[in-house]
Amino acid sequence: MPQTLFRKVWDRHAVRQLPNGQTQLYIGLHLIHEVTSPQAFDELARRGWGVASRERTFATVDHIVPTLSQARPFTDGMAETMTAALERNCRAHGIPLFDLASGVQGIVHVIGPELGLTQPGMTICCGDSHTSTHGAFGAIAFGIGTSQVRDVLASQSLAASVFKVRRIDVTGRLAPGVFAKDVILTIIGRLGIHAGAGYAYEYGGEVLDRMSMDERMTICNMSNEGGARLGYVNPDQTTFDYVRGRRFAPKDDAFDRACAWWRQMASDAGAAYDDQVTIDAATIAPTVTWGINPGQSVAVDGRLPGAREAGAGEHEALAFMGFDAGQAIAGVRIDVAFVGSCTNGRLSDLREAARVVRGRRVASHVRALVVPGSQAVRVAAEREGLHDVFAEAGFEWRGAGCSMCLAMNPDRLHGRELCASSSNRNFKGRQGSPTGRTLLMSPAMVAAAAIAGEVVDVRAWESRS
Amino acid sequence: MSAVTSVAGRAIVVDGHDIDTDRIMPARFLKAITFEGLETHLFEDDRIEAAGRGLVHPFDDVNRTGARVLLVGRNFGCGSSREHAPQAIARWGICAIVGESFAEIFAGNALMLGLPCVTVDAPTRAALGALTGADAGLEITVNLEARAVTAGDLSATVSIAESARHALLSGAWDATALLLADYDEVRRTAAKLPYVGGFEGTP
Repeated sequence: MPQTLFRKVWDRHAVRQLPNGQTQLYIGLHLIHEVTSPQAFDELARRGWGVASRERTFATVDHIVPTLSQARPFTDGMAETMTAALERNCRAHGIPLFDLASGVQGIVHVIGPELGLTQPGMTICCGDSHTSTHGAFGAIAFGIGTSQVRDVLASQSLAASVFKVRRIDVTGRLAPGVFAKDVILTIIGRLGIHAGAGYAYEYGGEVLDRMSMDERMTICNMSNEGGARLGYVNPDQTTFDYVRGRRFAPKDDAFDRACAWWRQMASDAGAAYDDQVTIDAATIAPTVTWGINPGQSVAVDGRLPGAREAGAGEHEALAFMGFDAGQAIAGVRIDVAFVGSCTNGRLSDLREAARVVRGRRVASHVRALVVPGSQAVRVAAEREGLHDVFAEAGFEWRGAGCSMCLAMNPDRLHGRELCASSSNRNFKGRQGSPTGRTLLMSPAMVAAAAIAGEVVDVRAWESRS
Repeated sequence: MSAVTSVAGRAIVVDGHDIDTDRIMPARFLKAITFEGLETHLFEDDRIEAAGRGLVHPFDDVNRTGARVLLVGRNFGCGSSREHAPQAIARWGICAIVGESFAEIFAGNALMLGLPCVTVDAPTRAALGALTGADAGLEITVNLEARAVTAGDLSATVSIAESARHALLSGAWDATALLLADYDEVRRTAAKLPYVGGFEGTP
């Protein structure tokens, strides 16, 4: 019987059925970082357990690292304590740690793929909800809490309930100025932020087929924002070409054997899905969120919900954002522009942003920063001279980390500042100021907003250049 | 680890839908290497905001001190996977959460702490909110065995994933020991996966 990738991977990783009906699922790759792991290691020590599979566990430091001065000890004492705790735990258990001195440090969801750790057909877990990013490779990858981090450390497995699978086809071709970020914001906006509960999202169709791995990662990254704990794309030649030659990728003959197995893992033609949705790429415009959850978005040339059509949640969002019902999103004045995060902090994202800002200047009232997703992204971008493009335009060029996506480091909004951001969440207070406001959009749109000082349609912008 | 069969106590109500874990526990309080003391920061920004408008947030309402059941809306706990959110709720003293729906990771994290998240339909949730909102002393009971919630004269059915209910009723909600019970089986599963051996052998 034809099967989905989800089913094939799940079944091959199922250890046994637990008494409560859940599956004990083997985890092929466990990524850890400084925020959600210290309590898990403490629990292990308290119970006298070790790490079951150190060769399948890798660590990096990303959430709390400052992106300006990265000299140790960090100025922030707690950031130093958390980093030191991770270092101590990794040393004690023999877990490789890609730290600031490694040259390959970065956001955990950026470096996993870069290092070739992320591969098709794997189960991947990390104490972070954006672990779905790795699904871009045809892996079953999802975020877990700290108690489950403890479980995976102790047993290289966890108790999990099987997911349904929703196939989402994006057909046709994206217009110029429309990016992967616009696709996923549109999917979330149309399906809703809780539509994904209980589902794995399988993204496909011509648009996904043509996408680079960076773009597929942007899509899968935000699955959780649509309520789906995981999302994936079937592996294909694009996937294999990306993985080939990376540090932890299989080499030579082993790589060929790997490709053969990865191909087998892809969903079969005729596989049955629990639900199917089709979105026509022609209906996707550059998209901007206007509210306090990622489903509250609008095409850049559109208007916010009118007073009568808005529900209670939308009125709350309008009030928090200080917007009027029915107003246009274009022309909204911004204070801060942020290019970065596990959603859009990869080389191709930085290239798109640089293409827009080249030869232009950031508006005088805007504070703008570019934060590469990893040290490797930073080095590659500098090799292309992108850092000069950004610096000449008035952007700050920073070290790698999560930065202003979640404000656990010095990068944050102040007061009521409004930020055009390439990150993934626009929740109240998300960017560090309880009253700060976030508009999510693609890196190109962030770059254009930084230059114009307000939300603009990057399509018109490009035709003017 | 003990069985969780029924939770009874006074209620605290947090209205609104899609309340994310950044709101439950702002990220700045994740800068710690333990979960201790997190409960004092529960909904901190919302509480400050309410106070600024001359309102009292439920978690600042002295009449709700000692409540054991939390009533919430739809998609509670969406967003970040931070276990700090349910940890803080549990450490504050909440022993059961009743809502219209829950974000998946949040409900899973809560289960790992023996904190049941049960769902009711919107009219039931509204009725529970009205009853317990009017009477802070009213006791509410969430009975997992009977899949029921009762408050005063109101009695309604609650839903919870059967696997979660089983884990709570049997006291097996902390899964680690169970996962380690047959580690050879984990090894056998791993050995059959070609990537675990680096694609060196024929699987």
